[in-house]
Amino acid sequence: MYLYPKWLRAWHVLNAVLFIILIVTGLSMQYTGKKDYVLVVGFESAVRWHNSAAVILTINYIFYVAGNILTKNGRYYRIKRDSFFSDLFKQMRYYSYGMFKGEKHPFPVTMERKFNPLQKLSYVLAMYLALPLVIISGIGLLFPEIVAKGVLGVSGMILTDLLHITMGFFLSVFLVIHVYTCTLGKKPGTLFMSMISGYHASEDHYDLED
Amino acid sequence: MKLYFRGIFILLLLVSISAKAACMSVSQADTVLADTAAFVSPYEEDNQRCFTCHGQPRYEYTNETLGKKVRSLMAEGRIVRKDEFYRSNHKSFSCTDCHSAEYVNFPHAGELRMEPKLSCLDCHGGDETYHFDAIAEEYQQSAHFKLDEEGFSCYSCHDPHTYRISKRTKENLKETIAYDNAICLNCHADFNRFQLLSDREEINIIKQHEWLPNQSAHMASVRCIECHTQINENLPVAHLIKPKAEAVKRCNECHSQNSMLMASLYKFESKEQRKDGFFNGIILNQSYVIGANRNEYLNVLSLLIFAGMLAVIGIHVYFRIRNRKNIKH
Repeated sequence: MYLYPKWLRAWHVLNAVLFIILIVTGLSMQYTGKKDYVLVVGFESAVRWHNSAAVILTINYIFYVAGNILTKNGRYYRIKRDSFFSDLFKQMRYYSYGMFKGEKHPFPVTMERKFNPLQKLSYVLAMYLALPLVIISGIGLLFPEIVAKGVLGVSGMILTDLLHITMGFFLSVFLVIHVYTCTLGKKPGTLFMSMISGYHASEDHYDLED
Repeated sequence: MKLYFRGIFILLLLVSISAKAACMSVSQADTVLADTAAFVSPYEEDNQRCFTCHGQPRYEYTNETLGKKVRSLMAEGRIVRKDEFYRSNHKSFSCTDCHSAEYVNFPHAGELRMEPKLSCLDCHGGDETYHFDAIAEEYQQSAHFKLDEEGFSCYSCHDPHTYRISKRTKENLKETIAYDNAICLNCHADFNRFQLLSDREEINIIKQHEWLPNQSAHMASVRCIECHTQINENLPVAHLIKPKAEAVKRCNECHSQNSMLMASLYKFESKEQRKDGFFNGIILNQSYVIGANRNEYLNVLSLLIFAGMLAVIGIHVYFRIRNRKNIKH
């Protein structure tokens, strides 16, 4: 089934490349030593690449939000309130136990349901909480004069930066888990191919069997 | 419920702002009082005779030959502001301690202008508190020394009439930075003064430093001398100004774990607080240096979370391989 439209795939690939650039350059800045090239990039080029990638990421994020508002893609992120915890538990049980016992996927992918409950929650947290916070705090670090001087005696820049690196860290963790869970398709590479072609071959073939 | 939390947040914000405002007004008032009202010079009367003319831009006297009152403008370099003098380190001095006693006569004898001025070392030589001799040695190796013949001296930066040492504390660091930078900018941002010692046709500090990201944040948070002098652990303030080409340009020198700011700007704090790590020292200074401020607890925590995540993934991979026959696709 055709699940990933062109605009989404274009956004996704650009977002992925920018994420990697931002993580590498971000780490380079946070952990610089006296010698250059402690990690991959020296401080000066890390600052330049980080700033440029961040500006593109921000524009790309606006494009993503607009896409979700203007197309039907946004509905996939809506979390069901009444069965939120029980659905989450079912999915976690499947990943940690059921799948090894040969159980069927509790929330197979359909045109109406692109994400399982765990995916929904992590995508909403990453895209609608962590990413906006990282962008806002990043703008604050880029233009220090707009940051509040201090809150309760602690420097505003420190708080802004703590927020930025904490959210950056959680997004890095998200990225690794996201890439790993994408190996859970039919073959480890199946889901990656879907994100390139746009067509999803459901791991349970529910769409074909039903 | 939402309203309740919002109320608490606004209340906390107001309390913090008003507390800060109260602290500021008290400390500022204290400084002013301590600086001016508390000090009464034993030579106030004697000095006042000089300040009558030299204390402001306009002076007047009676020309006894002509029997006329004359009003005139005082040359800029001959004006000493009384309030600034009585706040300076030399406030307890009489004018004639350093200048000829014959200046008490008016009109001043012409040859008095030609008398050699005292140098700092004439009084401060052998001084062990501020290490003036070491400072003199550094000066002789500094870029400024090549202008010595043209009249550059200690006084070019440190006017003995107004100079006051600003002892650095965590609270007044920004003030110290501004005060110290003003000493450099006095010539390097004022072409009229600059051309007294140089034939260069223009100066433009802002343009010269365009390569610095967030230039204004840098200028307000560090002193010029951080990048333009050779660090000297034994001096309170380094005086060996390096030639332009040797100024620090690598970001990592400051933006790194062993930031050179620890040996210069934050020397006093870092000695006291080295045991607590850099983070705590700076958090009180209201400054933030990317790459140098690291919270060790967060570092360890982030590594633990990351390692935990990799371990979970590893275990998952292991069970996927072990039960690969059971897994349905």
